[in-house]
Amino acid sequence: MKEKLQSIREEAIRQIQESDKLDKLNDVRIAFLGKKGELTTVLKSMKEVAPEDRPKVGQMVNETREAIESFLEETKQKLEKAARDVRLKREVIDVTLPAKKNIIGHSHPNTIALREIKDIFIGMGYEVVEGPEVEYDYYNFEALNIPANHPAKDEQDTFYITKDILLRTQTSSVQVHEMEKGRLPIRMISPGRVFRSDEVDATHSPSFHQVEGLVIDKKITFADLKGTLAEFAKELFGEETKVKFRPHHFPFTEPSAEMDVSCFKCGGKGCRFCKGEGWIEILGCGMVHPHVLEMCGIDPEEYTGFAFGVGLERIALLKYEIDDMRLLYENDIRFLKQF
Amino acid sequence: MNTALSWIKAYVPDLEVTAQEYMDAMTLSGSKVEGYTQMDADLDKIVVGEILSVEKHPDADKLVVCQVHIGEEQPVQIVTGAPNVAAGDKVPVVLDGGRVAGGHDGKKSPGGIKIKKGKLRGVESNGMMCSIEELGSNTDMYPEAPKDGIYQFPKDTEPGLDAVELLGLHDTVFEYEITSNRVDCFSVIGLAREAAATFRKEFHPPVIRKTGNGEDVNAYIKVRVENADLCSRYCARVVKNIKIEPSPEWMQRRLAANGIRPINNIVDITNYVMEEYGQPMHAYDLATIAGGEIVVKNAQDGDKYTTLDGQERVLDSSVLMICDGEKPVGIAGIMGGENSMITDEAKTLLFEAACFDGTNIRLSSKKIGLRTDASGKFEKGLDPNNAIDAINRACQLIEELGAGEVVGGVVDVKNFEKKEVRLPFTPDQYNRLLGTDISEEDMLCYLKRIELGYDEEKRELLIPSFRQDLLCMNDIAEEVARFYGYDNIPTSLPSGEATTGKISFKMRIENVVKEIAEFCGFSQAMVYSFESPKVFDKLSIPADSELRKAVVIANPLGEDFSIMRTMSLNGMLTSLSTNYNRRNKNVRLYETGNIYLPKQLPLTELPEERMQFTLGMYGDGDFFTMKGVVEEFFDKIGYDGKVTYNPDCGRPYLHPGRQADIVYQGKTLGYLGELHPETADHYGIGERAYVAVLDMPSVTEFASFSRKYQGIAKYPAVSRDISMLVKKEILVGQIEKIIEEKGGRYLESYELFDVYEGEQIEEGYKSVAYSVTFRASDKTLEENDVSEAMNRILKALENLGIELRR
Repeated sequence: MKEKLQSIREEAIRQIQESDKLDKLNDVRIAFLGKKGELTTVLKSMKEVAPEDRPKVGQMVNETREAIESFLEETKQKLEKAARDVRLKREVIDVTLPAKKNIIGHSHPNTIALREIKDIFIGMGYEVVEGPEVEYDYYNFEALNIPANHPAKDEQDTFYITKDILLRTQTSSVQVHEMEKGRLPIRMISPGRVFRSDEVDATHSPSFHQVEGLVIDKKITFADLKGTLAEFAKELFGEETKVKFRPHHFPFTEPSAEMDVSCFKCGGKGCRFCKGEGWIEILGCGMVHPHVLEMCGIDPEEYTGFAFGVGLERIALLKYEIDDMRLLYENDIRFLKQF
Repeated sequence: MNTALSWIKAYVPDLEVTAQEYMDAMTLSGSKVEGYTQMDADLDKIVVGEILSVEKHPDADKLVVCQVHIGEEQPVQIVTGAPNVAAGDKVPVVLDGGRVAGGHDGKKSPGGIKIKKGKLRGVESNGMMCSIEELGSNTDMYPEAPKDGIYQFPKDTEPGLDAVELLGLHDTVFEYEITSNRVDCFSVIGLAREAAATFRKEFHPPVIRKTGNGEDVNAYIKVRVENADLCSRYCARVVKNIKIEPSPEWMQRRLAANGIRPINNIVDITNYVMEEYGQPMHAYDLATIAGGEIVVKNAQDGDKYTTLDGQERVLDSSVLMICDGEKPVGIAGIMGGENSMITDEAKTLLFEAACFDGTNIRLSSKKIGLRTDASGKFEKGLDPNNAIDAINRACQLIEELGAGEVVGGVVDVKNFEKKEVRLPFTPDQYNRLLGTDISEEDMLCYLKRIELGYDEEKRELLIPSFRQDLLCMNDIAEEVARFYGYDNIPTSLPSGEATTGKISFKMRIENVVKEIAEFCGFSQAMVYSFESPKVFDKLSIPADSELRKAVVIANPLGEDFSIMRTMSLNGMLTSLSTNYNRRNKNVRLYETGNIYLPKQLPLTELPEERMQFTLGMYGDGDFFTMKGVVEEFFDKIGYDGKVTYNPDCGRPYLHPGRQADIVYQGKTLGYLGELHPETADHYGIGERAYVAVLDMPSVTEFASFSRKYQGIAKYPAVSRDISMLVKKEILVGQIEKIIEEKGGRYLESYELFDVYEGEQIEEGYKSVAYSVTFRASDKTLEENDVSEAMNRILKALENLGIELRR
């Protein structure tokens, strides 16, 4: 009996060793361990064994079964791994073949620049406010300290609809609407489309976008204006960005300033991009003129504020190094896809 | 405004700065310097040479060989082709290794042209004699220079001297951008005052001394100002026995640097004073002034008058004229007349320095179409106090230059009150506004440098009349800030009540629009708000359509930009067309922008501005691609009802069988469709193109971002398929409506899985198949529940004449 089991065991192991495929292995399993398998046959013949020997023989049979099963399992895993290795080898792809891209549209560079600007100011507690593009002369000029016949009206080359209605030349008009509401303090930006009678060329467009900002509160200072805009410039152009304020004149602010930022291309050393100056003019700003506050019903003795205005196209052209403003309004898909 | 540094230094003698330092410091104190030109930047080793001899070149007819004495022991030999050289001439000579600014044709070479010794047709030449063009200037600015040839110094000039120095070219010309409030800085004196204050140097303006003979000007001329509102001051002086000749070189050089061409002593003096004081002046031939009288009055409508440039100008009654006893002799503040022009025969001149109303001059100059240096200055609104100094300064120069005999006295008609302007001196307020801590002493020091007076007792500042822009506390704070230095002001962030950063609901919806459009492959376009009225024809809009009632721009840049758009389609189609013409494939664009709908025309109130979301595409995709984008958007903004599509909307620019209005809860939100082939032709789009337009205010009405969790179904769903034969004109929308209405409470969803027309289907019919799904949230559905619902649906479909294919 013992010999028989030993020979079954050896024969099974030999056959297992010879199996090079999983189905062959399965055949071996059935041939030895299956219902009609050799080991099962031995087990069935237990009744022929003397009862006193049965436990011993039983144990031997079990040992044999376990040995075969364990070797079967081991071999099975080996074969499975080999099969998988073959498959993986067969499935090698050329990873440098072109990607299957999802077709996703692109935002206009103006929009991307505006999104950045909005995020910066919303983070500082500013509300984004809009106003009409076709506007009364009063809101565009008069309430901003630009009375009838003021030379600044010529400078801005306004499109008129009627004597009193025009296409706004600046989004500062929105500030007036907001101040008139009388809800103080104010921290707002007003992005939007503005119009000036400039012929289309590489640096001009009769329609462009501005973002104007306004802060009105008690104790707002020129230092606050400087700090806020310096922060803005760093967020927009990078932590290293330096700012420079130069005196300027706008009818609706006093004192007024223009802000330059250090050239973000050369870091201020001077390059072709900044025309060798190291600085790039970015925006106009100033302390809200007391007369403007008064006209909007705000007491300039109690409240002060600052305002600033930045051209969105200018920011977009600078940031993305676009050399011709006309590209922004042609909508050539090859241009838009780059943003 | 351009001015040479040497002229500034004439009034700020201690000023010692490099050009770059000057530019930076002036810009930071508020007089913005746009740039500068160092006139000698490209001039090197150029001296005065005396031509000792001129001999013919042995091998060239057009060349001569000169021996030139340059102040050294040995003369140098120079070969030249210039026509105007003779022994004894004193000329500029650039020596071997030197540089000149340009060619004799006047073309400048950046960095200059290096001159080396060499041989010209075999004869050694050790330098070059220069024309004024080669020195970087021209005969306009140096009228004494020969038109074509070598520049000639006066015969008594000493050889070896620095020729560049003699020509006044060791100078730097600065270009300023002066802001419109600083009228005083449109003058050399004004800029010099700013320079002195900026660099903390003494300011020495010209000292005007008394001029004139023993005669009385009133014996020569009377002045009457009829329109005192438009002429606040009129000063007149008379100069007799004039001697017209070139003005001295120093005056010519200064004018030339400022960009003004020297003409003769009289013209140059008026221009010089205009630059120096910022006060335009005019001179008349007194012999042409009838009645010995000047009358300042308005023209009459339709008057015609010939200005001294020979042009006839048409006037109206708003234009202010300078007249004599009989006739006009000039247009006030803009240009003198041909009939009072100074000719070579003129003996006695009338000088005018007046102050005219800035706005009137600006409007008149626009109306007449004539803008001059003088009108450009007047329109800024001049200080009437300045006129008297200017005219006296001019007379002083006449005497100094010996240009004529000045008659004693001034006719001075004043229609303004010289009042003292005072503002309280409030240093605390300035510091509070600026966020600074500047001492009172420092502030006063800054203010005194720009000639503000201080009344210590009343603590008031006395504002000089040339600073008409200083009117309130903020203005003084700015002056303090300018000279304290904007850069020295600290930085801080606003303190005080916290505010919430936010955007409006409308903006949030617009953000979703952009997100969805881009997610679906559409890129953002930007188009103008104004367009041509011709677009209505291009889009086949009927002649009587409300859409044609557009807001018209009174002063457009041309017809193409003359109306405010009432529909957004043209911009999109133009952009698609641009792409199509450039052979771009598969183009998908979206645009958000307003249309402008007038309530009535002409406008009496603002038009309604309605944001439109416009989609356009050609290439891959079809009508249903477009519909998909629209529906994705509606899903995202919380539309939970059914959006319906009405095909009977008759839009002429769309394919008649492939267009629909988009309707939600009975309201039309917009439309979509395939472009009509005719419209596509008009725009030159050679493929099927699809568009969709949503009116954002209408869309936003139904939008919501609130969401409620619905629970995930626990019980199984039951699906049934319906297959039917349907007349072609029945819309699947009608079938879906029936499924929805009759589906009952267990209806979960339905899906169209097949539409087929063609073989095996009867002509005029289509085969349509739906899969309808039922589910209950609280139990497993029984057969009964489903079959009852299905029966209701099938019955209703049959009532519509639909044949079910069982």
